[in-house]
Amino acid sequence: MKEPSKLQRGPEKPPLRERGPELAVSALLMLIAALVLKDSMRVGIDWADDGPRAGYFPFYIGLLLLASSATVFLSTLLTWGKNHAEFAQREQLATVFAMLIPMTLYIVAMVWLGIYLPSMLLIGFFMRHHGKFSWLPTVGTSLAVPLAFFMVFERWFLVPLPKGPIENLLGF
Amino acid sequence: MEEINNLMQGFSVAMTLPNLVYMLVGITLGILIGVLPGLGGANGIAILLPLTFTMNPTSAIIMLSCIYWGALFGGAITSILFNIPGEPWSVATTFDGYPMAQQGQAAQALTAAFTSSFVGALFAVVLITFLAPVLAKFALHFGPAEYFAVQLLTFCSFVGMSKEPVAKVISSMMLGFALAAVGMDTVTGQLRMTYGFPELLKGFDFLIAVIGLFGIGEILLTMEEGLAFKGKSAKLNMRVVLQTWKELPRYWMTFLRSTAVGCWMGITPGGATPASFMSYGIARRMSKDPDSFGKGQIEGVLAPETAAHAAGTSALLPMLTLGIPGSPTAAVLLGGLMIWGLQPGPMLFVEHKDFVWGLIASMYLGNLVGLVVVLTTVPIWAAFLRIPFSVIAPVIVVICAVGAYTVHSSMFDVVMMLVFGVLGYLFKKLKYPMAPLVLALVLGDMAEASFRQSMLLSQGSMSIFWSNPLVGSISGLAILLLVWPLWSMAKDALRARK
Repeated sequence: MKEPSKLQRGPEKPPLRERGPELAVSALLMLIAALVLKDSMRVGIDWADDGPRAGYFPFYIGLLLLASSATVFLSTLLTWGKNHAEFAQREQLATVFAMLIPMTLYIVAMVWLGIYLPSMLLIGFFMRHHGKFSWLPTVGTSLAVPLAFFMVFERWFLVPLPKGPIENLLGF
Repeated sequence: MEEINNLMQGFSVAMTLPNLVYMLVGITLGILIGVLPGLGGANGIAILLPLTFTMNPTSAIIMLSCIYWGALFGGAITSILFNIPGEPWSVATTFDGYPMAQQGQAAQALTAAFTSSFVGALFAVVLITFLAPVLAKFALHFGPAEYFAVQLLTFCSFVGMSKEPVAKVISSMMLGFALAAVGMDTVTGQLRMTYGFPELLKGFDFLIAVIGLFGIGEILLTMEEGLAFKGKSAKLNMRVVLQTWKELPRYWMTFLRSTAVGCWMGITPGGATPASFMSYGIARRMSKDPDSFGKGQIEGVLAPETAAHAAGTSALLPMLTLGIPGSPTAAVLLGGLMIWGLQPGPMLFVEHKDFVWGLIASMYLGNLVGLVVVLTTVPIWAAFLRIPFSVIAPVIVVICAVGAYTVHSSMFDVVMMLVFGVLGYLFKKLKYPMAPLVLALVLGDMAEASFRQSMLLSQGSMSIFWSNPLVGSISGLAILLLVWPLWSMAKDALRARK
């Protein structure tokens, strides 16, 4: 989602140092803390006639989150030049994105196409592209796995899974 | 001997044919989950939970808890044969288990691991059998202040016992509480932190968080390591098993020590993973020959496995008696209880005797069945690991997506799973602990409710948490655990100055 762009940022050459992501995550937590504090104040952090208001408890949670994430944020900044801890090698990050990007596309596709077709494509893509399988096992596996899910979930346990236009066309 | 009677009644519940079948299915699924990277006890159970919504709760919890035992057993297989911990709690098992496999002693190592898992779990179940009813009876007298104090104790002990930096433990925990607060306020019915998004009305479901953090996050981590499975093969025959068993009684002290460490870490929310490391460390320190550790010392397999199983099992004790889970997996089981319409806590022992004792009896049976199943089927599981990661990885992503979708039949949850997955990866890399986040997300509403009720009783005065000896000592202990790391930091600083 929004994390990847943060990870890729930074002028330094490989490997990626820990301090960048560290700063980004603690900043994100500080932002969440701010959102919690703001909305707690909106719903009321004091007492009403019938007891504490809805923001009474979350307000302190927000304060603690702000304090703890600010501690991490500041200590990262203070040790900025001295901290050489490594987050990951560039090649390692590349393999992580080789998983993360198809996975994101898969979930986006699921919104429109249901779960079955994108699952076939995801498994097929990985087996062909990363596993260097020939077509026969690739097609076989990418058909068999979604079919097994269909049988287990929709037939045995009667739990419906998301379906798209193609399944509708087939009459499900 | 009321417990024995209850337990016998429990056995009669657990020993029915359908329940035995569920047990076997659970163990088998559990071992599979334990063997595959990216699927673990917590997210495996979270994914399968929606399938049990229509089942009778006793059968459902028997199956799900058996998945947990299976996952505990399964983690050892990959650690020993492939030097890949299938589960975080079996990392310590790789230290000596894999060297043993390299020296051609894979069968001995596996037998030792499975047997010690069984022993650890057995001790913990006996502990649960006799301690749980007492604790539940005691907890019946708890008011909101006592409940909040116990919850405070749970969270403070995270801060006190974690190896991670204190600020990160608190951040992770508070993020969990903040996410739990999103949506409808249970007391006033007001909407909080939804910022106009209708998807957030029902709040964040911890099952989605568990599937994302532990499932997707783990897959990303495994990708990073560029996994290539290169393993030792193993066949277990009865002769080796019996031979290993003959040697094991010699290590009774290791067993006892590791069980004690495990039970303690399970009841306090340390969990199985730190328990296994701690137990390994103690075993090495106590050993006459500490240098042999890490080179294939059988005690180095016994200690972490015993402790991990003892911790994993005893984590259910506070969950059943107080409604406070001792580990993320116990938290998922707790979520299951609520979905099946059972209120966890001391009343469970009064109102749903069959359920509680059926579960406890199934722990005895499940671990026995598990031991037999793993001892006889190791080659099959090892074969699963020879499937290339390029096949396993996308299939696990599909499984996680299906699991996340089926919780509420919502696509938004699947998207959230991905967000939690990325967060899980970053948290793991930056050494934020994930267990506090999950537990806070589960317990958030309960903790808030008991805190607000206490505040109502005392008209806003914190003194209610010290108003009687019981609540006072629990709160005191909580504060002690909270300041523990500060004190030891101060001590280190003083020592450094000298």
